[in-house]
Formats: sequence, C-alpha cells, structure tokens
Amino acid sequence: MTLHSHTPKNQDSSTKHVSRAAHFKMLDVILKRHQYRQDALIEILHQVQDLFGYLETDLLRYIAQCLRLPLSRVYGVATFYHLFSLAPRGTHRCVVCTGTACYVKGAAALLTTVEQFAHIHAGETTPDHCLSVSTTRCPGTCGLAPIVVFDDQVCGYQTPNSVRDRLKPLLKQT
Amino acid sequence: MDISDLLNIADQERQSQTAFRIRCCVAAGCVATNSLAVKENLQMAITAAEMADTVQVCGVGCMRLCSRAPLVAVDQVTPAKPSLLYETVTLDQVPTVVATLPSAPASRSGAVPLQQGDLTHPFFTHQRSIVLENTGLIDPERIEAYIAMGGYRSLYHVLREMTPTEVVDTMTRSGLRGRGGAGYPTGLKWAMVAKAIADRKFVVCNADEGDPGAFMDRSVLEGDPHRVLEGMAIAAYAVGATQGYIYIRAEYPLAIQRLHIAIRQAQRMGLLGSHIFDSPFDFRIDLRTGAGAYVCGEETALMASIEGKRGIPSPRPPYPAERGLWGFPTLINNVETFANVCPIIRNGAEWFASIGTEKSKGTKVFAIAGAIRNTGLIEVPMGTPLREIVEDMGGGVSDGGTAKAVQTGGPAGGCIPASAFDTPVDYESLTQLGSIMGSGGMIVMDQQTNMVDIARYFMEFCRDESCGKCIPCRAGTVQMHQLLSKICEGKAAPADLHLLEELCDMVKHTSLCGLGQSAPSPVLSTLRHFQDDYLALIHPE
Amino acid sequence: MAVKTLIIDDQLISALEEETLLQAAQAAGIHIPTLCYLEGISEVGACRLCLVEIAGSSKLHPACVTKVAEGMSVRTQSDRLQKYRRLIIEMLFAEGNHICAVCVANGHCELQQLAMDLGMDHVTLEYQFPNRLVDLSHDRFGMDHNRCVLCTRCIRVCDELEGAHIWDMAGRGTRSQVITDLNQPWGTSPTCTSCGKCVAACPTGAIFHQGSTVGEMVHERTRIEFIVNARQNHQWQF
Repeated sequence: MTLHSHTPKNQDSSTKHVSRAAHFKMLDVILKRHQYRQDALIEILHQVQDLFGYLETDLLRYIAQCLRLPLSRVYGVATFYHLFSLAPRGTHRCVVCTGTACYVKGAAALLTTVEQFAHIHAGETTPDHCLSVSTTRCPGTCGLAPIVVFDDQVCGYQTPNSVRDRLKPLLKQT
Repeated sequence: MDISDLLNIADQERQSQTAFRIRCCVAAGCVATNSLAVKENLQMAITAAEMADTVQVCGVGCMRLCSRAPLVAVDQVTPAKPSLLYETVTLDQVPTVVATLPSAPASRSGAVPLQQGDLTHPFFTHQRSIVLENTGLIDPERIEAYIAMGGYRSLYHVLREMTPTEVVDTMTRSGLRGRGGAGYPTGLKWAMVAKAIADRKFVVCNADEGDPGAFMDRSVLEGDPHRVLEGMAIAAYAVGATQGYIYIRAEYPLAIQRLHIAIRQAQRMGLLGSHIFDSPFDFRIDLRTGAGAYVCGEETALMASIEGKRGIPSPRPPYPAERGLWGFPTLINNVETFANVCPIIRNGAEWFASIGTEKSKGTKVFAIAGAIRNTGLIEVPMGTPLREIVEDMGGGVSDGGTAKAVQTGGPAGGCIPASAFDTPVDYESLTQLGSIMGSGGMIVMDQQTNMVDIARYFMEFCRDESCGKCIPCRAGTVQMHQLLSKICEGKAAPADLHLLEELCDMVKHTSLCGLGQSAPSPVLSTLRHFQDDYLALIHPE
Repeated sequence: MAVKTLIIDDQLISALEEETLLQAAQAAGIHIPTLCYLEGISEVGACRLCLVEIAGSSKLHPACVTKVAEGMSVRTQSDRLQKYRRLIIEMLFAEGNHICAVCVANGHCELQQLAMDLGMDHVTLEYQFPNRLVDLSHDRFGMDHNRCVLCTRCIRVCDELEGAHIWDMAGRGTRSQVITDLNQPWGTSPTCTSCGKCVAACPTGAIFHQGSTVGEMVHERTRIEFIVNARQNHQWQF
C-alpha cells in the first residue's frame, strides 16, 4: 500500500542502469545521514525502500548490523507498518481508497472491478510484475470521493468504467 | 533576528503586493485535479500579457470547497473589492480568468465561460476562521507571507514578555481542549509537563491523522505550516522543552514536503534552533514519518514509533507527561491544538473563551464529506448545531434525498441520526449521543445507507488496524466482524445479536488502548439509533 | 520505604509503595489470573486477565502494572470480571488451534488451567482454524505456532534475561506471529544461544523440548527464578 512517497527511483530511465553496488553506496550515505541512530529505523526503511523498491532480507540484515539492532527487531518493525513491502512490487500501482467517504460512495465496487480486471487481489502483484493492487485508508482528498490512486496520481470521482479505462494501458506495457 | 527584522520582512512583503492577486489552491485535493498546471498556465498567461507588475499569481492552501476543485480566487487589493471565486477551473479556462481582469488586453473570442462560486453561501459566511485564518490566503511555501500576517510575533511576545508559568496560565484560562479527539484540557496537560522535573523534555505534534474521512490536519499543514511550528515553539517554552517532533503520516507527501520547507526556512531565519530571538531559548523540530499504522495516532504507540519501534501502545499510567519519549516528560498535542496557540497568545485567553459553549471553547475545524453537496473544510464555533452544518452549509444530500445519519469521530466514533441534528456540536453533546467529537471528520450518509454495513465496515477497519498486543482487541474485533458479516448476509439469529452485544461490552471495557476501547462504538451507536436496520436483517429462530 | 494500606477483596493488606496490586495480592494469598505476566521480566499488561475493579474508578485496571495506593479498595473476583475473563480465554481458544488431548503441555499448560479455573467448558465463539506452521529445525527445541497465544514472554525473556533478542513479533493484529531473527527457521538462527529460557517461559506447549510427548512438557519456571535472582537481584556473592 503506497501513495506518493515510495516511487522507486530505479524505475527512472536516468538511473535505471545504476548498479547494485552504487545503490549500496547510497544506502551507506542514508545510514550516515541518520548517524546510525536506532530511533531513525523507520525513516531509514522509508528511504531504503525508495531506493531499492522493496526491503529485501539482505538489506534488513545490513541495516540491523549497521544500527546494532537485533535482526528480529528490524524484521518486526518492517512487517508492522503497511507501507513497507518485503516483496518486489509491480511497475505500476493501483491503490483503491477504502476510507469512509469513498466507501459510502461505492469504493467496494471499484475494488472488485480492479481485482477482476487484473485477476489479482488487493495486496498482490501480477505475475509479470506489471501491476500491484492495494488499498489505502484515506489519503485525505475526500472531496473527490471515490478516489483511486494510479501511479501516485490521485484520480477523483471514479466509476468502474473509468477505472477499467485507466487500467488498460497499465496492464499492457511492461 | 529581532522584532525590527520581523517587521521589516512584513513591510517588504506588503509593499511588493500588486493591485490584483490570483490565488490558486495547491492543497492535495486541488492538486489531484490539476491545479498546479492551472497555476503555472495562469502565471505564464499573466507574464505573456505583460501584467506581471499589477497581477500576482500565488499558490495557497485549502480554499474549503473541495468538491468544486480546483479553485481559483481573484482578489482586488487596491482599491479593495470583494474577491471572486472560480470553481472547477480547467486549463482552457485560464485565458478567461485573465480576461476578467480590468487591465487585461481585449479578450479573444471563443473563451470558455467560468463557473463562478457563491461566496455569500452559508458554506462560506457561517465559517469563523481562527485555526484557518491564513489557510487559503497565504503561500504556504514562503515564510515571508506568514510573517506578513503577523507570524512569529506571538513567539517573540512570549519569549520577551511572558514567563513560562504565564503562558501555561493563559492556555488554562482560554479553556482550549485537545482537538485530537478526547478533549483533555490543554492548559492542564501543559502544566503537568511544565511541573515535571527532568533533564530533557519533548514536545510532540501528533499529525498522524488516521481517521478515514478526516483531512483537517492535512489542510492546516499544507496551507499554514508555520503556525504549527510557532505553536510548538511556544509550547516548548512554556513546558521547558528543547526538542520537538512532528509525527506525520506518510500518506500526506505534500504536507511532509511543506513542513520540510517551513522548518528549513524557520531555521535559516533563526526562528527555530539556538538562541531564538537572541534569547536563551533553544528549540529544534524534527519530522518523523509514519508508515501506515492507524494505531500510531494513540499517544503511547506514537512515541514507540518515534523511537523507531513497532507502534504498540503501552498501559497508562505512566502518562507521557511523566514518562514519555525515552522516559522523559513529553507534551503531545494534535495539529489543530497547536494551531490555536498563536491566536490565543495574540488576542488573549478571554477572547478565546468568549467563543463557543460553556465547556467547549473556540472553534472546531470539520471535514465534511460523503453524500453531501458541498464537501470540504469548515471551521465553525463550538456549539453550532449539526443541522446548520449539514443542511445550510453542506447544502443537504447531494442527489436531493435526505440525510439518514452523520458519522463523526471516525472508527472510534458513532453515527448520529437525523432526528438528533439539532444537537449543538460540542464534546459533551456528542458523547451523550454515543459518538465523539473525534478529530473532526464528518461523513454524511443518505437513506440508502445500511447502518449495519457501516458498522461492519468500521469493525473491519479496526480489525485490520489492531496492533495485536492485547487479546480483546486482536481477537474480539475478528469475532465481532464475523458476527456483523453474518448479520449483513441475513444469516444471523437473535442469539448472534446478543453475543455481539456481549463482545462489544467486553472489548470496550477490557482493551488496553483507545483503539480497542472504542472499536465497538460504531456498533453500539448504530444499535442504539438504528436498531431497525439490524432487526430487518435478523431472522427469528 | 513507605508502606501503603489497602483493601483487596475485603481483606486489609499492607504493601510497599513500589509494589503492584498483583504483587500485593499474591503476597496476601489472593489469586488473580494472569497469562502474559511472568515474574522477573517486564510487564506488558497485554492479556487483560488481571483486570480488577478499583472503587471510585469507572475503568478496569490491570493489576500487573497498577501500583498500590493508600486507601485503595480493590475487587478481583466480581461476576463481571469473571465473565470478561472467560470470554477472553474463549477467544484465545477460538483464535489458535489448541487441542489439549494431543498437546505436549497437556496438564502443565497455563491456558488450560485458566480455562478450568474460570469454568470454561465450551467455546461459544467461532473457531478460526488458522493455518499455522510448526518449526522443528532446532536441535533441541521446537516451536508450534498453533499453540502460541502471543503473550510475548519468550521475546521478553530472551531480550531481558539472555540478552540475545532472537525472538520478536512480526506482522500485526491477527497476523501477528513470533519470529526468529529474519523470520527464518529457528535452527538456522545465528543469534540463538540455545539457552532454553524461552522454553521455560512459554505458558503453553508452543515452545517445547523436542522428543517430549503428550503431557510431558513441564515448564521449569524455577530456572527463570534462579537466573533472575542471580542476574537482577545479585542475591549471592562469590
């Protein structure tokens, strides 16, 4: 489940070919910027996920070692918060808001449409890693309810038809 | 930085003002409807028409009527005339907006007509802006704009002319109560932290606005971030803290970005950091981002999250005021509470206490959404009847129907039936109706809404958001959700309803934190006011 | 050291200022049911079984973390409390997969004992039958998540007494699960010292000695008491 904050930078064409070693160098910069403080764990996880797209086990191990935290503690924190993902996610994201205002305006039908159209459930990614579907509990733009967030762009007043139209191009390209 | 510097900045800002000003809403709701492009195109059109020295284009915070986004307002500053509001502005309407300005060159044909908003509608005229006094008027990304509105002068006044005790006393006399939901007297909380003896103290701003359908704090942070920083600094001076944290949810990227900018600007001007206004007072503010956990709005869970741990609540006492972050006394207030601090310092406790009802002072910001015509942000004095909010200001149900209920307080609140719409909105009255004030989200529901389904929806929310620490909340929400689903599907017998009531009672009284204790509230309030909805779905044995 | 006088279940009791209601009650021979509480490690107030009524307060208070106060009047056994406790135990039985007849801890299980004490003879709630795993990768110990009540005693005992912190809680809500290191098989954990404190601390048969059969799993609580006396109370000198 993510909105704007976790656009993996490596999908950007300019940084697409940045090597893994370079990413690890950037990881060290992040850790240093937070002065290896244990209380910065959540901030660090946010930035590392931005960098790598998701939180691999090796990354969690590395972070735990650098911050001198128990492994299980880091894993526990990473799995407690819904915005952290321990598995790779799709190139495109479709986030259906299931907040109250959207719910009373038919968010359930939108979610069903998305799930049927993409043949996956909320919280899953298509086998070709093209699209991840998830839900969120209100990004606070209830004036436009019901909303769906496509690739970090909030789209208001959605209907099953408009959702289908927006999903089509996302499912085609890789 | 001294008071003369502050006044200079304000002067310069005022002198640079042009005869006309175009305000574009750049809060999240309008940004989602392409308002940034509208703003840019307006700027380009003004520059192209060589009107830049008479017309200013600026981005501002929420202009309230979110359902008509994106909003653009045109002010005539000299000579002053009433502003005009344009709704649902599209890119091809930009030339028309420019053409309405007197200094514009003769308009070309084929202009797309504008949707003009009615600023004399009760939605606007019944508002009383204290918290939102600058929101929608100033550019949130420029500290100079805030200073021109009198910003940071309250902090100066407090540091130079008041003792910490006097500040706490002013807050106590104002009668301000916590705007996060529970309504605990703010002055009392400040006094507790001020009295605590410790090497370090912290001030925390709770911006983890997790209630679905609530966007008041987002709007304040996106529209007027400096006022929250100034409120926190005043609080820190009053209680003797040197470090502040703003805990904000990651779902608000725009608010995070604006807060970053605001903190950096304030630091650069010496309004945060060491020796603020050349006084011995030091105060730093750091941002902490949430990561998608509703329970982190609970203060002990929030503190655990700031410390980089799983956001799990712990038993109170000890309260944060005695043992908070890393064991030190900590003051935790909500965004809106901090946003009320400057006006109280500026206008005095008596002024604030004269607004609102006997026990609920001041104004309250509400986010109205759902099946209502005018969705958006409103700020009204405490004690305003619900009917006035829903029918007059909100303009009634969107497709001409009638309202069945208003849900307040989010998953911890309840549903208020239309028959109780004459209730004045204050802490006590809403509690009496089985709901709560909460943070200020109001969702209007029409006659088509099935209240059992709404109860089931909120129970699902609480089940998903339960941290799992205490058994009643972790396992009880699962059981209650299953029973509610059973009722919704028409498969339940009267015995199931009885069991549901028993579970509600148990979870409410035995859960560890507010999330569990209030998880049954939507069920209990709908059972109380809409029992027929339940009975219609239950088949007799 | 200040002494406080209070009344628990109509019995006049004196307790030290820093004592909790639970400690004061235990010292006076009054039994309050507990599950997540374990003497010698920190209290979390999570199981809510030790909730008691205090005169003058509308809320219920967890005895394990509530300090005694002068003149306090406490009830530990009202009908209402017993009803809540029974429902909590029922929920635990419905939440996991607790089948006493085939459990290593049968007869030595705190959950089973609580159910019997509270007169819970059947479960009215819906069984969840969660799909949970058993980890037998460790040489000497085993972990059966079906029997876990998520009391976090193993996590605390490993962190506070052994200092290894191999356990922690992952996920949240109903999907909470006790994990080893990075959610890996226990036997592959590089941090486990195989000290067995978690085995002794577990209230049910979730963490057990391998090779034990039905009813053979006796928890050696005296081991924990011994270590607490040595490490925290420094009770003897050499």
